[in-house]
Amino acid sequence: MKVLVPVKRVIDYNVKPRVKSDETGVDLANVKMSMNPFCEIAVEEAVRLKEKGVVTEVVAVSIGPAQAQETLRTALAMGADRAILVQTDADLEPLAVAKVLKAVIDEESPNLVVMGKQAIDGDNNATGQMLSALLGWPQASFASKLEVSGDKATVTREVDGGLQTIEAPLPVIITADLRLNEPRYASLPNIMKAKKKPLDTKDIASYGVDTAPRLKVVKVAEPPKRGGGIKVETAADLVAKLKNEAGVL
Amino acid sequence: MAVLVIADQTGGALSDNTHKTVSAAKAIGGDIDILVTGKDCKSAAEAAAKIEGVRKVLLAQSDDLGHGLAEAVEAAVVPLMGGYDAVLTPATSQGKNFSPRIAAKLDVSHISDIVEVVDASTFVRPIYAGNALETVQSSEAKKVITVRPTAFKAAGEGGSAAIEDIGAGDGAGATKFVTEEIVKSERPELTGAKIVVSGGRAMGSAEEFQKVIEPLADRLGAAVGASRAAVDAGYAPNDYQVGQTGKVVAPELYIAIGISGAIQHLAGMKDSKIIVAINKDGDAPIFQVADYGLVADYKAAVPELMSALG
Repeated sequence: MKVLVPVKRVIDYNVKPRVKSDETGVDLANVKMSMNPFCEIAVEEAVRLKEKGVVTEVVAVSIGPAQAQETLRTALAMGADRAILVQTDADLEPLAVAKVLKAVIDEESPNLVVMGKQAIDGDNNATGQMLSALLGWPQASFASKLEVSGDKATVTREVDGGLQTIEAPLPVIITADLRLNEPRYASLPNIMKAKKKPLDTKDIASYGVDTAPRLKVVKVAEPPKRGGGIKVETAADLVAKLKNEAGVL
Repeated sequence: MAVLVIADQTGGALSDNTHKTVSAAKAIGGDIDILVTGKDCKSAAEAAAKIEGVRKVLLAQSDDLGHGLAEAVEAAVVPLMGGYDAVLTPATSQGKNFSPRIAAKLDVSHISDIVEVVDASTFVRPIYAGNALETVQSSEAKKVITVRPTAFKAAGEGGSAAIEDIGAGDGAGATKFVTEEIVKSERPELTGAKIVVSGGRAMGSAEEFQKVIEPLADRLGAAVGASRAAVDAGYAPNDYQVGQTGKVVAPELYIAIGISGAIQHLAGMKDSKIIVAINKDGDAPIFQVADYGLVADYKAAVPELMSALG
């Protein structure tokens, strides 16, 4: 059984993003980039499925610039067996990403796709759902628990009021939420080993998918700043301020 | 121009998120219809019919729709889209689950989590955990959008739209509902509450979280929230999480207790009207967004706060 894990290279989780002064986007020059945290969770889950003997091969795929090879090496160091980079310098919208992933899936025929529920740059939370709809495969989004046995997946999902459990026949698209697992740190020997694992680079054009942007980005602006607040000395002062000054109690 | 709004309802009770999404639809313009999906949810359709400015209410019911299965909702919506230029859904977990499927089926982009309608084809949405606001323009024939409810005022009542039962759609996908654990609470719903009291990692245990945060919330008639750190540590259930990937709240008053203020948490609460932070670390980033900061150990500060409230 094979699992495919799409991963995205994004701004590091701990970096505060800064908007460019010409309002054309967020400044990513000389900014630390890492694997999207939700993608890390997806890789971890796939590797655990392999360690449990449920799957035999974990394939990581990234759609992005040449530097996304580093992100794929991270996935390989965590335990993926091989990697595919679909190379492009364009910033693809979720629909285009889903279409390219569908083309990769048509070639690779995995039994399971485990991917992050959202990337922390675009915050779209859409690619997994779109991929499921395009493929006609069942969808289990926002997973906090995954069990695969035989030809079906049982998935506990984080929903508005709590948790929901669903089951679906394979092949299935799973999107990972925060509580699915805690991703491992790659050990040094595994980082060294990962350098020798296969990583194929493919030109995005070779898939023949229309990835042209559908939306025009008019501008990217800084959000309004909150006015400076004050410190109060005691809880009693706080209550007085909330009652008399802010008028919210 | 016609816009379809997908209602947010639970067990036949219509959520205010629906009214707020109708306001976003009004900003786009044209006729507004509401689709209510679920099971035994006629009462939600009746409530939706009373929202001001709604032309008609469509009602689709089945077991799968009752469980909110994404494939079923998509299958109920897509055949209707011949008659609409846009479909708007509140950006709840449920809405986020099915809305991108509709976009994929229509071969259009998905416009996620809008906070402003500039005009009928131009929208503002937060990216990078709300550290940037992106304005996007769509020239596509159909617009598939999720709406951040806290960014819009609720549409008023006073309408009397007709309700049309459209059946279930042919949506039975391969996905089967097994079970659910829904947290029952007498407290107000987190995303719509006027006051939210949130606890962080400093609580140290689920018992302490319940002992400190919940009585204060109950004293104020508030909803309870939590930081990701507190949820990951098991101090609070997942649906309490406020932040970039959890719930987004914008109450009149947000009280953050023992929360340091990671950017991912701020993304979920920084549009609150008044923010109060109680943290013993005076350098915690939460104080940079707080209107009122109290540098103190919550163990002393919360009991004092309770007694000051009387």
